[in-house]
Amino acid sequence: MTDSALRLIWIYPDLLSTYGDRGNVLVVERRARQRGLQVERVDVRSDQPVPTSGDIYLIGGGEDRPQRLAGERLRQDPGLGRAVENGAIVFAVCAGYQILGHEFIDDRGERTAGLGLLDVWSTRGEGKRNVGDIVAEPDPRLGLPTLTGFENHQGVTHLGQGVSPLAQVTVGGGNGTGEGTEGAWRDTVFGTYLHGPVMARNPLVADLLIKLALDVSALPPADNTWYDALRAERIAAAQTAS
Amino acid sequence: MSAHPDPAAPSASLNARAKLAVTAGKAAAAVSRAAGRGSGSVIGGRVALKLDPDLLRRVSEGLDVVLVSATNGKTTTTRLIAEALKAAGPVVSNALGANMPAGITSALADSGEARFGVIEVDEKYLNMVARDTNPKAIALLNLSRDQLDRSSETRMLAEKWREGLAGTEAVIIANADDPLVTWAASSCKKVIWVAAGQAYKEDAWSCPSCGGVMQRPDEEWFCPSCGFRRPQPHWALQGEFVVDPQGNPWPIRLQLPGRANLSNATSTAAVVSVFGVHPQIALQRMESVQAVAGRYESVLVNGREVRLLLAKNPAGWLETFSLIDPAPAPVVLSVNALSADGTDTSWLWDVDYERLVGHPVFVMGQRKLDLAVRLEVAGVQFQVIDSIQQAVAMAPQGRIEAIANYTAFQQLRRDVATPN
Repeated sequence: MTDSALRLIWIYPDLLSTYGDRGNVLVVERRARQRGLQVERVDVRSDQPVPTSGDIYLIGGGEDRPQRLAGERLRQDPGLGRAVENGAIVFAVCAGYQILGHEFIDDRGERTAGLGLLDVWSTRGEGKRNVGDIVAEPDPRLGLPTLTGFENHQGVTHLGQGVSPLAQVTVGGGNGTGEGTEGAWRDTVFGTYLHGPVMARNPLVADLLIKLALDVSALPPADNTWYDALRAERIAAAQTAS
Repeated sequence: MSAHPDPAAPSASLNARAKLAVTAGKAAAAVSRAAGRGSGSVIGGRVALKLDPDLLRRVSEGLDVVLVSATNGKTTTTRLIAEALKAAGPVVSNALGANMPAGITSALADSGEARFGVIEVDEKYLNMVARDTNPKAIALLNLSRDQLDRSSETRMLAEKWREGLAGTEAVIIANADDPLVTWAASSCKKVIWVAAGQAYKEDAWSCPSCGGVMQRPDEEWFCPSCGFRRPQPHWALQGEFVVDPQGNPWPIRLQLPGRANLSNATSTAAVVSVFGVHPQIALQRMESVQAVAGRYESVLVNGREVRLLLAKNPAGWLETFSLIDPAPAPVVLSVNALSADGTDTSWLWDVDYERLVGHPVFVMGQRKLDLAVRLEVAGVQFQVIDSIQQAVAMAPQGRIEAIANYTAFQQLRRDVATPN
């Protein structure tokens, strides 16, 4: 972050905002403002260019055809790739996560190229769709507590050598490869299957993105009372159900 | 709401197997009622359909069937259409909102002397019910995100409607202001387009035909990529008037509140015109409808007035916020996430709870903690409570607006019905 405002970019709300993804934008914005930061939020529609000057880019989930359209439009737009080269932070959920990888299966059942910003590729699962509460233990290097979320996907995401799993699943499906991994990350680029939305269930993920953007190791404290109550309830509910 | 309820005698036109099925269904319904498990119409229909899978077709023979489907307002509109159509003849309807094939079969089995069957249909079952009941008219009101963890995604639903209804002989009455509904209806032969409005537009930015980004100047919408655009409406809601195809305005004077019900009344006027009911007559008859399955009903709880409002999805919440008393009227929110509600609460983040700033807000229901986080981020002052009685004890003056999603609403109705 080079000047006074944190630039928060929401990519393609017209295509990739199906499961309350707006919540991630609202939580990051709220928690940044609570720390006294100015926030400049830009919602980029899929007929608009992706700005290269953002600090944090958020990408949500979507239906199969919008996912293909979003992938096509982002592949033709150098904005996000340039931003990542400049060290910007990207956090993508579900369909958006798949788009960040090398390829995914589109609505026509065809393999479609993604952006290659994460060394992952996605296929369509043969088994039952993963729907329900999920609990996962995050990569210790991220300094995050247990992750909770709601997943709803048929996709299976395979991780290459160039990424680490975001977390290890204790309840739920996650990446769906049978190895118990959930999500993927490398440097400042993150992908996950967690809805809920993930930031509402895990506000410290929002804080992590803000810390990376500010290049600081800690933020002033925020009141987490209701988040913590929700987290405890959902983690307990998932564990009881499993 | 059968015109001549005669539970003992299945219609004379049914054959022996169908009669047996109807009778067995009624027996199951009676057992269910006796066991205190609701009205029994669903289980009754389920038993009957199992004995005679063709039963839905048989029970709808001889009726002029009107189907009503949407993600929002179908129960209320079904009620309005039923009321207005009584001007033309006796009506049977699944007025209690049992809108899947079993509940519909059960409702129609009690058709008695009815001439019209006015049927609310769950959007996922519309094609099947339209195939079996040979409808004369189908009203398509709107489509927006609803229970995404268990139903089809919204755009897929529009595509399925389009495929399923392409060959229908029914007159389609469709909302021209909803691009997804327009896409679903535009392959049909006979369509009456109604400018019924669309408050929640977040599912309609991507062209259902080609995927282009929709442009929405004023009331129009069009896709610059493929040219798919809003059809010229025959009927329109303008302010608080229904404008008929000749351009005549008819005032809407409903007891039901809100813009959404003005929209529902406009669609109703268009539907019943197919059966020769004049809009003025139709609108007069609609005035008698007060509350629909408890929705919009005001009740007294410990001497305080509480208005019960149902909102099941982002579009419904948006419409509901626009009709509640202004701040500082106290507001109670109750959200559950049972199977009938959808178990994924992420949709709470698609609702503009920011609009409740200035209201004293109380949150309850199974998922009150999800609501608490949502309201915290929205900057709304709230208190977490366990019961409506607690809200009544704590709320400042004024009518309390209680907004709940599906099973939370049912719970609320039970709670306020209990003497305390």
